[in-house]
Amino acid sequence: MNRNATFSVPPGRRILLILVMLLALFMLVWRAVSLQVLDKDFLQTQGQARHLRVVDLPAHRGMILDRHNEPLAVSTPVESVWVNPQELESVQEGISTLSRLLSLDRDHVQQLLARNAAREFVYLRRHVSPSLAAQVRMLDIEGVYLQKEYKRYYPAGEVAAHVLGFTNIDDVGQEGLELAYGEWLRGEPGAKRVIKDGQRHAVEDVESIRRPHPGKDLVLSIDRRIQYLAYRELKSAMREHGAQSASAVVLDVKTGEVLAMVNQPSYNPNNRHKLRRKHLRNRAVTDVFEPGSTIKPFIVATALESERYRPSTPINTEPGWLRVGVNTVKDVHNYGMLDVSGVIRKSSNVGITKIALSLPAERIWSTLSNAGFGVQTESGFPGEASGLLASYRNWNPIETATLAFGYGISVTPLQLAQAYAVVAAEGIRRPVSFLLRDTVPRGKRVLSARVAQQVMAMLEDVTGPEGTALAARVAGYRVAGKTGTVRKSIAGGYADDRYLAVFAGVAPVTNPRLVMVVMVNEPGNDKYYGGQVAAPVFSRVMSGALRLMAIPPDNYPILETRNETSGEPA
Amino acid sequence: MRPRLPASHHDASRRGWQYSLHIDAPLLFALVGVSILGLMVLYSASGEDTDLVWRQLTRLGIAFAGMFAVAQITPQVLLRSTPWVFVTGILLLFAVLVMGEVSGGAQRWLDLYIIRFQPSEMMKLAVPMMVAWYLADVRLPPNRYHLLAGGVIIVVPVLMIAKQPDLGTSMLIASSGFFVLFLAGLQWGLLGFLTVIAAAAAPLLWHFMHDYQRVRVITFMNPERDPLGAGYHIIQSKIAIGSGGLFGKGWLNGTQSQLDFLPERSTDFIFAVLGEEFGFLGILLLFAFYIFIVIRSTLIAIQAQDTFTRLLAGSLALTFFVYIIVNTGMVTGLLPVVGLPLPMISYGGTSIVTLMAGFGILMSIQTHRKLLPT
Repeated sequence: MNRNATFSVPPGRRILLILVMLLALFMLVWRAVSLQVLDKDFLQTQGQARHLRVVDLPAHRGMILDRHNEPLAVSTPVESVWVNPQELESVQEGISTLSRLLSLDRDHVQQLLARNAAREFVYLRRHVSPSLAAQVRMLDIEGVYLQKEYKRYYPAGEVAAHVLGFTNIDDVGQEGLELAYGEWLRGEPGAKRVIKDGQRHAVEDVESIRRPHPGKDLVLSIDRRIQYLAYRELKSAMREHGAQSASAVVLDVKTGEVLAMVNQPSYNPNNRHKLRRKHLRNRAVTDVFEPGSTIKPFIVATALESERYRPSTPINTEPGWLRVGVNTVKDVHNYGMLDVSGVIRKSSNVGITKIALSLPAERIWSTLSNAGFGVQTESGFPGEASGLLASYRNWNPIETATLAFGYGISVTPLQLAQAYAVVAAEGIRRPVSFLLRDTVPRGKRVLSARVAQQVMAMLEDVTGPEGTALAARVAGYRVAGKTGTVRKSIAGGYADDRYLAVFAGVAPVTNPRLVMVVMVNEPGNDKYYGGQVAAPVFSRVMSGALRLMAIPPDNYPILETRNETSGEPA
Repeated sequence: MRPRLPASHHDASRRGWQYSLHIDAPLLFALVGVSILGLMVLYSASGEDTDLVWRQLTRLGIAFAGMFAVAQITPQVLLRSTPWVFVTGILLLFAVLVMGEVSGGAQRWLDLYIIRFQPSEMMKLAVPMMVAWYLADVRLPPNRYHLLAGGVIIVVPVLMIAKQPDLGTSMLIASSGFFVLFLAGLQWGLLGFLTVIAAAAAPLLWHFMHDYQRVRVITFMNPERDPLGAGYHIIQSKIAIGSGGLFGKGWLNGTQSQLDFLPERSTDFIFAVLGEEFGFLGILLLFAFYIFIVIRSTLIAIQAQDTFTRLLAGSLALTFFVYIIVNTGMVTGLLPVVGLPLPMISYGGTSIVTLMAGFGILMSIQTHRKLLPT
C-alpha cells in the first residue's frame, strides 16, 4: 500500500486543473455580473411585465327608466367563466365536473379546448349567475377563471321590447333605443394595476389607473303602465282577429312625447334564443302602410284653409261613384247629399275626391308635408322610415283622387299619430320624442286653430251615432278619430281580401291630451273594418290611459260649474 | 514530497479535539454556514413553509450525523471494503433496471420495503473509491492497460445509470471517476485523444438522447424559441437573477419567486431565488463558502498520505466543484438544463446524504493521518 506513497499529482495536471477551475468560476461570476449589473434594468422590466398587470374594471351601463323612474332596462352583475386551455387540458376530471356544473356537453367542451389548444383565453360560458359563479370558484380547478361582467335585464320583457331594443353579450346596443343612445348609456371601464402571480391570480392591488365611470341613466317618455295596457290590448286583438301583425302608438298631445309604443308579434328580450328576425322590427317606426281613410281629415283641412269650404258646404256624392279619367272612385253606399262633415263621418271616397280635385295639388301636398308625412319624425329611432309622399308636380287627377282617400302615400304609425296630434293641438306641430321632456317645445303652427277645431269637431262625429267608429268611444270622455280600412297593395294592384284596419283618435275632445293610432295588419276575413278591429283597441287602451293619467272627463259638471261660478262674482 | 506534520503533534490526543473526534473544523464550519444560508433561502423559496424547512433541517441533521459516522471509519477499512461496496452497488443498479420503481418518468428507485433507495447515489462515492482502490496498487502514472481497466470500472455503472435515465447523475459519476484517472496521471496524448473522442461522440450522444433531453439542449441554445414551454424555466430564472441586481430585493421579497413565476424554485432552481433576493452580493457569499470548501478539500487531498486517499480526496473535491458549476451554470443559462440540485441548498433528495458522506470520507482522511516514523 505504501508502494506509491511518494506519488503526487504531476505539475502539468495541477496547472491545467487550476486553470480550468478558475475559468469556470470566472465565467459564472461574469455571468452573474452581466445579469445582475449590466442587464439588470432590462430584466427588472421583464420581471415587472410578468407580475404587474393592468386589469379592466367593468363599468355598468346606465339604466333605462320610464317617465316615472320605473326601470325598463337594468344591468346586473354576472360573471363569465373562461378557461386557459393550456392549463385546463391536463385536468380531465376538472373538465367533467365543470361541464356538469355549467350544464355543457362534455365532448363539446373537450372539442372547444382542443380547437383552442394554442390559446390562453377561451370563454366557456358567458353570464352565469352569482351563485353558479360561486360554485365554480369553489371547485378551484386549475385553468378555470371568472370574469366580472354585466348583463342587461329587461324587467318589462316583451312589453317594451321593440322600443328598448337590446344589447349584445358584450353590452353594446344592437337595436332600438339601446342602440340609439348607446354612447349615453355606455359605461367607461376603469383600469387598475395589480400584482399577479404565475397562475394569473391577482394577489394585490398596486394602484388605480382610471376609475370606472358607469353609464348615465336614460329617462324615457314611455309610461310603463300605458305601455303595458297597449301591449295587452293589442295582443288580445291580434289573437282575436288572427292578424299578421299590429302596432299601436300613444302620444302626448301637449308635449309630443311617446307614452306607449307596442307591436305584435313581440319577443322576450331576456331570452333571445328562439328569436326570429321579423319579430325584431319596431313596426310602428320602421314599417310603412297606406293610410287609407285616415288621411281624409287632412284633405278636409286643406279645403277649410282655402276658405272655399266650410264644414256645412254641401257635397253631392250621388250616385255613389265618380268617374276620374278612365278610373272609377266608389263609395260603399250611395250617401247622396252630404256636407263636408258628412264626408268625414261617412268616409265618402266620392265626396273627398270631389273636394281634392277642386283644390290646388300644391296646397294638399303642403298640408300633408307640414303634418309630417313623407319625412322622418325627429324621434331619432334607428331604422325609422320616412314614408312616401310624392311631389305634387307629377300628380294627375287620378293620383290626386286616390291620394285623397289614402292610397299612393305611405306613412308609419308614428307619423300618423304625429299628424293627428297636430289637429288635436289646435294646429301646432311638435317634434315627437322618446325621452322625457322637462320643457314643452314651442312647436310650429301648420294649421290655423280654427281649422283644427273644425276638423276635431268632424272627427268627433265619427264616434257619434252616425259615424263609423262607435266602438272607439270611451265612457265619460268625448273621443274624436277616424277609421281606415285599407286594401293591401300586392304585386300588380290591390288585394280583394287582405286589409289593414286602422284607427287614429284623440281624447278628450275639449282639452285634447292623448293621441293614439292602432293599426292591425291583415285581420281575419270576417271582421276587417277599422271601426270593428282597431277602434275597440283604441277604446280600451284610451279608457285606461286617461284614468291612469288622471285626466278629467270632458263633461265634468262640478268642475265646470265651479270655474264658472268662481269667474263671476255672485 | 510527503507533507509533514508539525513536530509537536505526537499523537491523536495531543493533536486536539479535531483529531479525537475525527472532525475537520474548517470544513465543518463552512458546511454549517452553507446549510444555514440554504435554510434561509429555502424558507423564502417555499413560500414560508415552516414544515418544509423542518423536514429539510431533519434531513440535514441526518446527513451531518452520517458525515460524523463516516469520518470515524479509518481509510484502511474504507480501502478494504471498497470492492464490496462497488460490487453491491452494481448489483443494486442491475436490480433497479430489472425491478425498480418508475417515478417521474425514470426508473431510479429501489423499494427496499423499509426505505426507498437510489443506488445511483451510492455509486457517486463507490466509483471514485473503486478507481482509486484499483490504482492504489499499480505504478503511477498508470499505463494503458490500467487506464483501460479504470475506464471499464467507470463506464459500466455510468451506462447503467444513463439507462434509467438519469443523465445528470451519470455524467457526474463519470467525471468523478475520470478525475481519479486524471489525477493519477493520464497521459497528455490520451487526454487530447479523449477530448477529441468526446467532441466526436456528441452527435452520437444526440442520437441516443431521449426527446426531452434533446429539447433541453435546443432550449439551451435558444431559450426564446419556446418561451412558454421548454424555454420557460430558463427565462424566468434569468429574469429572477437579473432583477435582483447588486443587493437583491431583500429576503422574502423576490417577485419572480414569491409570485410563482419561477419553477422548481425550492429544488433545482433555488439559486435563482438567492440571486433575486440577495443579489450579486448573495451570490458572491455563497460562492465564497463553496470555494472555501473546495480549497479545504483540495488541501486535505494534498496532505493525504497514500495514493488511495489522495486520489479519492482529490476526486471528491473536484466533483463537488463540478456539482456547483453544473447547477449554477444551468440556472444562469450557461449550461443546458440538467436536473442536478444545488449542493446543501436545494430541498430534499438523498443526494445531500451522499454529499455529506463524501465530506465524512474527507474528514476521515484528514484526521486519520499517521505520524511519520522518523
